[in-house]
Amino acid sequence: MKNFKIFLFNVLLLFPVLMFAQQTVKGTVTEATGNTALPGVGIMIKGTIKGSATDFDGNYTIENVKPGDVLVFTYMGFNTKEVSVGNNTTINVALTENAQALDEVVIVGYGTTSVKDATGSITSVKAEDLNKGAIVSPEQMLTGKVAGVVITSDGGAPGSGATIRIRGGASLTASNNPLFIIDGVPVDGNGISGISNPLSTINPNDIESYTILKDASATAIYGSRASNGVIIITTKKGNGGGFQATYSANFSVNQNLQTVDAMSADQFRDYVNANGLATDIALLGNANTDWQDQIFELAYGTDHNLSLKGGSEKLNYRGSIGYTNQSGTLLTSKLERATYSLSIGSKLFDDHLKIDFNTKVSLLNNRFADQGAVGNAISFDPTKPVYSGNSNFGGYYEWLGTDGNPLTVGAPKNPLALLKQRENISNASRAIGNIQFDYKMHFLPELRANLNLGFDKSSGSGENSIFNSATSNTIELSKLGSISQYEQVKENLVSDFYLDYAKDLESINSSIDVMAGYSYQNFKENGSNTDNIQDRTLTETFDYINQLNLQSFFGRVKYSYADKYLLTLTYRRDGSSRFSKANRWANFPSAAFAWKIYEESFMQNSETISNLKLRLSWGITGQQDVGGFYPAIPTYLGSTSTAAYQFGGAFINTFRAEPFNTTLKWEETETYNAGVDFGLFDDFVTGSVDAYFRKTKDLLNFIPFPGGSSLSNAGLANIGKMENKGVELMLNVKPIRTEDLNLNVGLNFTYADTKITQLTTNDGADYEGVPVGGFSGGTGNYIQRHSVGFTPNSFFVYEQVYDTNGKPLEGVYVDRNNDGQISNADKYRFEKPSADFTMGLTTDLNYKKWNLNMAWRANIGNYVYNNVDSNLAFRDQLLNSAFPTVIGNGVENILETSFINGGAARYLSDYYVQEASFVKLDNVSVGYNFGDIFGNESNLSLSGSVQNVLTITDYVGLDPEVGNGIDYNIYPRPRTYMLGVNLNF
Amino acid sequence: MKKYSFKIILLGTLVTLFTLTSCLKDLDQVPQDKDIVLADELFNDPAAYKQVLAKLYAGLAISGQQGPAGMPDITGIDEGFSQYLRQYWLAQEVTTDEAVIGWADGSLPDYHEHDWTPSNEFIAALYNRIIYQITSCNAFLRETTEAKLSGRGVTGQLLSDIQDYRNEARFLRALSYSHALDLYGKFPFVTEADEVGFFFPQQKTRAELFSFVESELLDIEGKLVAPKSNEYARADQAAAWTLLAKLYLNAEVYTGTANFSDCVTYSEKVINAGYDLDNNYENLFLADNYGADGVIFPIAFDGLKTQSYGGTTFLIHAQVGGSMNAADFGITGAWGGNRTTSAFVNTFNSGIDVDASNSAIGAPSNWGIVGAVNGWGGTPDLVLFQTGTANVYQAYYNLPDGDIKFRPDNSWGSDFGDNGSNISVSAGLYKVTVNVSSQEYSIKKDPRAMFHTDGQTLEIESVGTFTDGYAITKFKNVDQAGNAGSDTGGTFTDTDFPLFRIADVYLMYAEATLRGGGGSEATAVSYMNLLKNRGTNNFGTVTSIDLDYILNERARELYWEGHRRTDLIRFGKFTGGDYVWPWKGGTPEGTATPSYLDVFPIPSSDMNANPNLSQNTGY
Repeated sequence: MKNFKIFLFNVLLLFPVLMFAQQTVKGTVTEATGNTALPGVGIMIKGTIKGSATDFDGNYTIENVKPGDVLVFTYMGFNTKEVSVGNNTTINVALTENAQALDEVVIVGYGTTSVKDATGSITSVKAEDLNKGAIVSPEQMLTGKVAGVVITSDGGAPGSGATIRIRGGASLTASNNPLFIIDGVPVDGNGISGISNPLSTINPNDIESYTILKDASATAIYGSRASNGVIIITTKKGNGGGFQATYSANFSVNQNLQTVDAMSADQFRDYVNANGLATDIALLGNANTDWQDQIFELAYGTDHNLSLKGGSEKLNYRGSIGYTNQSGTLLTSKLERATYSLSIGSKLFDDHLKIDFNTKVSLLNNRFADQGAVGNAISFDPTKPVYSGNSNFGGYYEWLGTDGNPLTVGAPKNPLALLKQRENISNASRAIGNIQFDYKMHFLPELRANLNLGFDKSSGSGENSIFNSATSNTIELSKLGSISQYEQVKENLVSDFYLDYAKDLESINSSIDVMAGYSYQNFKENGSNTDNIQDRTLTETFDYINQLNLQSFFGRVKYSYADKYLLTLTYRRDGSSRFSKANRWANFPSAAFAWKIYEESFMQNSETISNLKLRLSWGITGQQDVGGFYPAIPTYLGSTSTAAYQFGGAFINTFRAEPFNTTLKWEETETYNAGVDFGLFDDFVTGSVDAYFRKTKDLLNFIPFPGGSSLSNAGLANIGKMENKGVELMLNVKPIRTEDLNLNVGLNFTYADTKITQLTTNDGADYEGVPVGGFSGGTGNYIQRHSVGFTPNSFFVYEQVYDTNGKPLEGVYVDRNNDGQISNADKYRFEKPSADFTMGLTTDLNYKKWNLNMAWRANIGNYVYNNVDSNLAFRDQLLNSAFPTVIGNGVENILETSFINGGAARYLSDYYVQEASFVKLDNVSVGYNFGDIFGNESNLSLSGSVQNVLTITDYVGLDPEVGNGIDYNIYPRPRTYMLGVNLNF
Repeated sequence: MKKYSFKIILLGTLVTLFTLTSCLKDLDQVPQDKDIVLADELFNDPAAYKQVLAKLYAGLAISGQQGPAGMPDITGIDEGFSQYLRQYWLAQEVTTDEAVIGWADGSLPDYHEHDWTPSNEFIAALYNRIIYQITSCNAFLRETTEAKLSGRGVTGQLLSDIQDYRNEARFLRALSYSHALDLYGKFPFVTEADEVGFFFPQQKTRAELFSFVESELLDIEGKLVAPKSNEYARADQAAAWTLLAKLYLNAEVYTGTANFSDCVTYSEKVINAGYDLDNNYENLFLADNYGADGVIFPIAFDGLKTQSYGGTTFLIHAQVGGSMNAADFGITGAWGGNRTTSAFVNTFNSGIDVDASNSAIGAPSNWGIVGAVNGWGGTPDLVLFQTGTANVYQAYYNLPDGDIKFRPDNSWGSDFGDNGSNISVSAGLYKVTVNVSSQEYSIKKDPRAMFHTDGQTLEIESVGTFTDGYAITKFKNVDQAGNAGSDTGGTFTDTDFPLFRIADVYLMYAEATLRGGGGSEATAVSYMNLLKNRGTNNFGTVTSIDLDYILNERARELYWEGHRRTDLIRFGKFTGGDYVWPWKGGTPEGTATPSYLDVFPIPSSDMNANPNLSQNTGY
């Protein structure tokens, strides 16, 4: 059908010239890659207005041609080809598709560019190329798609968040999240009360495309918030065509793949009988309860979306509504979401004024499950029944003290009771909107003024009720539950104004585009948290109000010579209310050069290379997002009434002098990037390679202050340096292109390496670094260190000694410093949670009306601390003598190690730091397009997909994909089966 | 047309400039939250002075501005751990024979094993806590200078109250500096003259710090409120005197020059202020101990108003575990961590002059103790003595493990035990009381020996196992009537911590006297007998004392109150091999440890932050 339209279009276009055709050359025009005949190809005799066109089978005839003539073959979307006629009477021509993508418009900061003219490292992905399936949150669409972008979901809870890292993150303490810009509004990257993932407020079905800005040339225009990359989300708009409606819906089933290998009731009985005291053995029960079975279930989800769009050249519109209802596999967890979006675009005054209006509203209701149930399901004694048989504590079996009250310390809680006796619900809403005026001056059309006014407002409130019958609150002596409440309103206003002057300077074979502007953004949040509403005597409310203001001046010059040599310079001056007046402003310049090598005459006849562009860039970006709002102002902080001090008979609420740092300033990241965009064999293979080197200095770092110099022992200071380097490769191969069968393979590959090069004022050789990575088992234990010369979050552990059978010997570690004893000095840095290599592979196979998509992803060289094994596989945890009336279950690892205790050192053994490289088949989907079966240009398609299909790994824990590298209590990511329907009419 | 456009552009530019200028002011953001007050505005409220002073005291009791946790004062360690007293207690007790802790929390086991390093986060947390307290006091002193007060128009009663507050702030600063020099030797030195900012404080030597603390205390001792006349929990002159006495007692360790005579002088000042010993030792450690006698300076806690996971909340929860019943301690959950070593338990097998104690009871009776102690009559029975009450006999004896019975006249003509059978006794020093007419008896240890032994072993096989080692029941969140404290959840305790108390001062007087400080030895002995003789609580007498006696008596009287490490160091027994206790040095029977451990290392976090610091020798 598409071909037919193009045929018509070309015929109409060429109709006038056809009238003049006379003598005869014949031939067939085909597509170079698939040998498919091309209908409607225009053929002109060069320098004349004589021509012809191919018919439906790609054949043409052109008459009255002289041997010296040159035939020009043109076809929409293909490269024009010129052939000298000579003595030939038959000329068959194969046309190569021009890389249409190169002309694609890409949204960049305060403007647009095209792929071919881009000078920075920019990846743009259209919605149809993104992950498919039952997707609730936008970032899930992008997982594994883009080199240099690593997205790790936080777990399997419905609507759960994800950690997104572009090029590994440039900061230590400050945020490493990329800046998200949704339809021109830089959104608040921090959390919203009552929503586990702020991005889940955007309906993925409304998204048109993502643009990921990676190098400094692309990001520096966003200066202060750009160090960790920028993701620009553009939502779908009306297209000015006729009215079109789309309805899509899907139904999904989520199923947990496997459970943690907790000991079965029989295994546990055997263990206790063999290892326990008589008092422990006496505690064993007769039940056989699989607690994990009790807390997980099949979970169902539905998703409905209706969008309407249409309009005219002057006015177009699109509106959509969406409804998502998703239960989690952990009992009681649930997400319900309604989304609305409206976009109106209009052109006024002879298209001189363009007005675009976008708004997106979402309403969410969540019920959060107590994820602590996951850990308790492992550790609760499997020989105990779920229910006690009496009505105390809601009828659930719990560990009780001799006085009949539940044990608050040292005893696992009934996991089912934790879920069922708690109702943690939230209601939240978010609205993001903007109106953008783009005015092309009447008196000077090259000059454009652009005003963008936007807002991002969210509010959330919630209530966490622990039922009176529950044992999990701390005031059980009075047998009252607890209710805590919270509410929050966040308001983020943005206005940008810029002027853009673009002109082709034909006299000097150049074009120039100059832009300058100003941006104002204000973030305000206020809210409150109230505890213990159940017991009014203990009720306490904390309220807060905070404001952050960011203002910027920015400019950009783009210069192009001969359409081959491109130069882009940007500059941004940013001010943040976080810093004192003296350090408030900072400058962020960038420069980039691109050379379209393929446009050079010497490349024009290359058989192999169909596109080649070199990009070089340098720039400085910044970071100011350190969490607090007023880190540079001296203030006093009042205490809560539970932190008062007694003088005589009175309790005095106190005031504390707060630490502050007037010298705090911007963190600066300097990035060098070199990249090549290429197309090979008539764009059979397209892709890009980028290598980057990034140095961050003046890290906004939470570091120990020199003792006595400040009002706390540690805080924020601009100390520290870090280096990132990496290589990114993106490839797109189209190995099969025939009329009926098409295969498109996308591959991306990333190598990334990050090292800390300075951490403190006075880096000593024996300084082990900043402890990070707290875990379960002994408060104050940290498994990771930030230390100089190593990747952030490297594991810092003892080296385990094994017996000849490979079994770890309890309490035996390598005396690495040979001082005859095992002490802290024997610990060493062993691996890190981040992967050295990440890869994504997407295949898209179309056969007639069928299509089959697969998305694979791999991480190589990432390590995980198996905290499940380290904390739930030693005797003194299961049979703790401090709590002689309680026994707890563990995981099967205890049967391998037979560990008794081993103290903190055992927790810190490298035995538990395990390689977690993996290959995952994230998604397989099959679709069938019925086409216009209802008439009226309607279209019906059905699809089915499976997400989280397969994981190949040597890691023994539940899932090797662990964001911070510490595997504990994870909400398992379920496998999702989905059936979907899509109807256009 | 062109001209018109120019006007529009000019007008537009001007409007833009005006708007911009007003917009740029928005970059000056200040807190609007009522709980966050600009430093310049806080003292507009006269009540704020006392609230900031309260924070200086609260710095000893709670960990941050949100009880029990949240908005911590210091970071880098779990907030519950970070509390001053908890850290101080761990450093002073877990490093000694008095305590082991079973938890696998970070490098906590290093304390008892004597293998800590500069990267030990507990040593760093205590260091940071002490500096935090010092800088907080400095900030208060800086905000209450004469110039600032007159600038704010402060006069009258408020002005005079603020002078008291300043003296107390200086006392609290001296207290923390005294901890610093005791624990770390060298320490970064800052006073109110040092504004906060990113600079590198100089390190002062132990002797320099000693002089500073001494001079500060000498300067304020006359200015502070008279003994026992300040509000409860606020420092007075006696607190300063006690601290001076402590300083002088340890002067030789700190400066190389002994000064026992000043120790005697300041101990006497405190004693002359008229503090009584509480009749019941146990009352000093209960939820209502704000009413107990003999407390000179407490750290106050409250289950509802002063909540933290440190302080007595930690002490009480951590000491309960095994077969102990949490409800007996006024709490709902045991944390099961702290126990003691057999070395400490054994200090209770001496400490009185048995013969003198027995003859002080009265004349010998014809009743005696027979059993394992005398080979069931192989030698004469142990004589019981006549009390003031007819037919009630009493005696102090060191009994071995085994059975006993009572009988008159070294003969089996008549005897009694439990229902006629033998009475089983584990080894120890006992006060035995027998009522031969009612046939009731009691066999009691020193009432200060508050051990839980049921289900516990005396010796420790594994430090991580709670039932290894005797547990201690000293601190409780119940009042004298047995009612639990105010937090109905049973987590946070009301029990105040007696940081300074008169018994310690008696012991300091006695020790300084024995060491040549010029006091009266007879008076010292009489003070020691005061400790033995507390109303219903009395346990024997002592007729002569020596330094070994003092060290052991300090353990018996002051155990788990944060004195032990300093005491052992003063006696040369903390490190080295002269005195070992179970698990000292990480071995079950205990081993010698190197003497550089007598001071803790400067934490590597500060070594790396401040180039002006040098490390203590040996680390």
